[in-house]
Amino acid sequence: MPKESRFVESLKGGLRAISTPVLATIVGLLVGMVCIVVAGKDPVKAAEAFVRAVAGEPRMFGETLVSTIPLIFTGLAVAFAYRCGLFNIGVEGQYLMAQIAAVLVGVYWTPPAGLTWLHPLLTLAAAALAGALWAGIVGVLKAYRGIHEVINSIMLNYVGLFMADWLLKYYLRPDNSRAASYDLQESAWLSQGLIEGSRLHTGLWIALGAAVVVWFILFKTTLGYEIRAVGTSPGAAEYGGISVARSIILAMAISGALSGLAGGVQTMAINHRFNETSSFVNYGFDGIAVALVGRLHPAGVVLAALLFGALDRSGPMMQAMADVPKAVIWIVQGSVIFFVAAEGLWDFLKKRRAKKEVKTA
Amino acid sequence: MLLKLEGMTKRFGSLVANDHIDLEIRKGEIHALLGENGAGKSTLMNILYGLYTPDEGRIVWKGQEVKIRDPRHAIDLGIGMVHQHFMLVPVFTVAENIILGKETARNHILDVKAANQQVREISQRFGLEVNPEVRVESISVGQQQRVEILKALYRGAELLILDEPTAVLTPQEVEELGKIMKRLVAEGHTIIIITHKLKEVLHLADRVTVIRRGKMIATLDAAGHTEDELAQLMVGRDVELKVEKTPAEPKDAVLEVEHLTATNDSGVQALRDVSFHVRAGEIVGIAGVDGNGQSELVACLTGLRKPTGGTVRVRGVDLTGQTPRRIREAGVGHIPEDRQRRGLVLNFSVAENVALGDHRAFTSRGVLSFGKMVDLANRIIKNFDVRPPRPDYLARSLSGGNQQKVIVGREITRNPNLMIAVQPTRGLDVGAIEFIHRNLVAERDAGKAVLLVSLELDEIMNLADRILVMYKGQVVAEVAGHEATEDNLGLLMMGGGAGA
Repeated sequence: MPKESRFVESLKGGLRAISTPVLATIVGLLVGMVCIVVAGKDPVKAAEAFVRAVAGEPRMFGETLVSTIPLIFTGLAVAFAYRCGLFNIGVEGQYLMAQIAAVLVGVYWTPPAGLTWLHPLLTLAAAALAGALWAGIVGVLKAYRGIHEVINSIMLNYVGLFMADWLLKYYLRPDNSRAASYDLQESAWLSQGLIEGSRLHTGLWIALGAAVVVWFILFKTTLGYEIRAVGTSPGAAEYGGISVARSIILAMAISGALSGLAGGVQTMAINHRFNETSSFVNYGFDGIAVALVGRLHPAGVVLAALLFGALDRSGPMMQAMADVPKAVIWIVQGSVIFFVAAEGLWDFLKKRRAKKEVKTA
Repeated sequence: MLLKLEGMTKRFGSLVANDHIDLEIRKGEIHALLGENGAGKSTLMNILYGLYTPDEGRIVWKGQEVKIRDPRHAIDLGIGMVHQHFMLVPVFTVAENIILGKETARNHILDVKAANQQVREISQRFGLEVNPEVRVESISVGQQQRVEILKALYRGAELLILDEPTAVLTPQEVEELGKIMKRLVAEGHTIIIITHKLKEVLHLADRVTVIRRGKMIATLDAAGHTEDELAQLMVGRDVELKVEKTPAEPKDAVLEVEHLTATNDSGVQALRDVSFHVRAGEIVGIAGVDGNGQSELVACLTGLRKPTGGTVRVRGVDLTGQTPRRIREAGVGHIPEDRQRRGLVLNFSVAENVALGDHRAFTSRGVLSFGKMVDLANRIIKNFDVRPPRPDYLARSLSGGNQQKVIVGREITRNPNLMIAVQPTRGLDVGAIEFIHRNLVAERDAGKAVLLVSLELDEIMNLADRILVMYKGQVVAEVAGHEATEDNLGLLMMGGGAGA
């Protein structure tokens, strides 16, 4: 095989890798269009509303990115655990615990003069740590007791939800009239206004940085090698002297830390407090979709998060401008996930057939 | 003439799996299809069974040209196939498996009695003894094979295709299978067996067709030909079926196992007081029917299972119950039984796989050096003739033989003091077997201790300087390599002989 073809080959491989999600997105949008037509609304107007909502003017685009940032973190969290063969469905709970941790450090700790720059760092670290610990419980139970991570992480979601509520109601707010915790001290805030008129904040750089770090850990380090080996062939990993238990715990903890960053950044940059909530914010569940559509690759996750952020943002505008019900956006989201997943299924079938042919040839 | 294939051609992309193959099957014969792995035997039979559509060529069945659409069509025509990997439902009984898809029912309720009766009848008619009422998961592999054959007969197969039928059988079971095949032929059936084992061809078949790289090389009568002739036709060059080796010159004991006991996955005693040693410069073979404790023994020696008692020492160091990592670091190489589940991370590249187990040696400050891994991969690819020579290819995309070469190459290149090789040539073709056998003997000659665990008696007899026979979790006999015969080993493996 000539040398130059290797480059072409890898280029082709890359194109093939992104062709599915892109195609699925287009098909998903088309399905959405059809729904709009069926509902008797004007699809052109709806499309116009979509584009304007997502990137009609700089500040709109800034807001789209604001919606994207937490999804990058939670998408990375799900993808990272998945690489170790773990389905972290507990991002919601990790996110909530991280917000509580961010409030604790952001509200109650006052940095000494001259060290105010430490405040956001420590607040963020506390959030990441809280997420890591919350997910670590799941990892430890899985590694040493074989308890399935899906069950545990779902249960811990609810434990997290009610624990956060209890902490808020009894300890973190001045009185009953306030439906939120005390405000974070300003020294712990992440600054907004990367794009004027929008709330776009420096969390964007943290999110993109996290994507790079995740990529580096997964594909360049020994830890990532071990985690990926455990994720795809636990038997071979064990044979190779890799501690499966250690990999599971670490993968879960790192995944939780990423969820924690989502909660921390959101608290420090947007909410500046912990708001009372009776249900999940869904960043965690959306993260599953983002990871899947992003094909479990950090770069893919970033792009998929942008897509989902855009869809999220466009709902209200489409409703206002084109009278398109918000549910259409959910249909589009649903179809994108469906077509990506369906392609995965198709891939799986193709692979199986190929395997069968190799085996029997 | 029962069946005639003319100019059968099947392409997979750029690969021509079958290149204008002609084949004639006479009624009432046992016809062997001989060829190396990947030669195209199974492809050809899968076409006949309706699993693939040929690109060219015609099939003449009982004098009429047919196009076989799918397996159901093949079955309707009277063609049955027993695959290498059995397709049975483990939790169903024997009878339920046999009638699956052709159930006897009364008012939509399965008539179990009638099914059992029918199965009893056909099993008596063909001398294939099975108990219709037991679950398939609880019977031996040999019996499962009978169930598969009965399944085909129940569906009215006149032509029976057996894909590598002896791969999983003991010598005695192979003997039994031979009798069954003779009986089926006497009852008017016709049999095609797909195989790469030369001895079987001469032993079982009336005629043999040799296929090499998708082309038909020759069809000849089995009688009057030798293994060497067939091997030459199959591989296309002269091959050494027996590895040349000098008598062993063993030195100090490297592996010492004393009073080892262990349980299997279901908590049943699998090893009972096993003691033996392997010295530097010798190959010790462990023979036995599958499931007599060999897997548990290897797992205990390599750290994949914790023994319940006894000790394992390597070069005097107590390694009992240590982690796989510790044991590897103590200089133990392991060619595992299951190359796809244990030996390789299939979704990793060849370069990533050659580092498996030693990946920490490629690390500085937690970061892997891919350059070094590729260098090692290239060295192994060159020394062990891995094809295609691409360190960046996924292990998944290599053929079984080349996957095995990567593993053998990796383990030998690590330069261990003790090499534990389990079924190192399972499913490989003659050329690759010869290559791996030579490497194991070379390890021995380089002063390494080699423990060879295999279900293939030929392999054990060919390579081992001393042979230990395992039966029901114990080492029941030791036989010197040059004194072993298939008969005496086979007897010992079944629990007979002085030691039991």
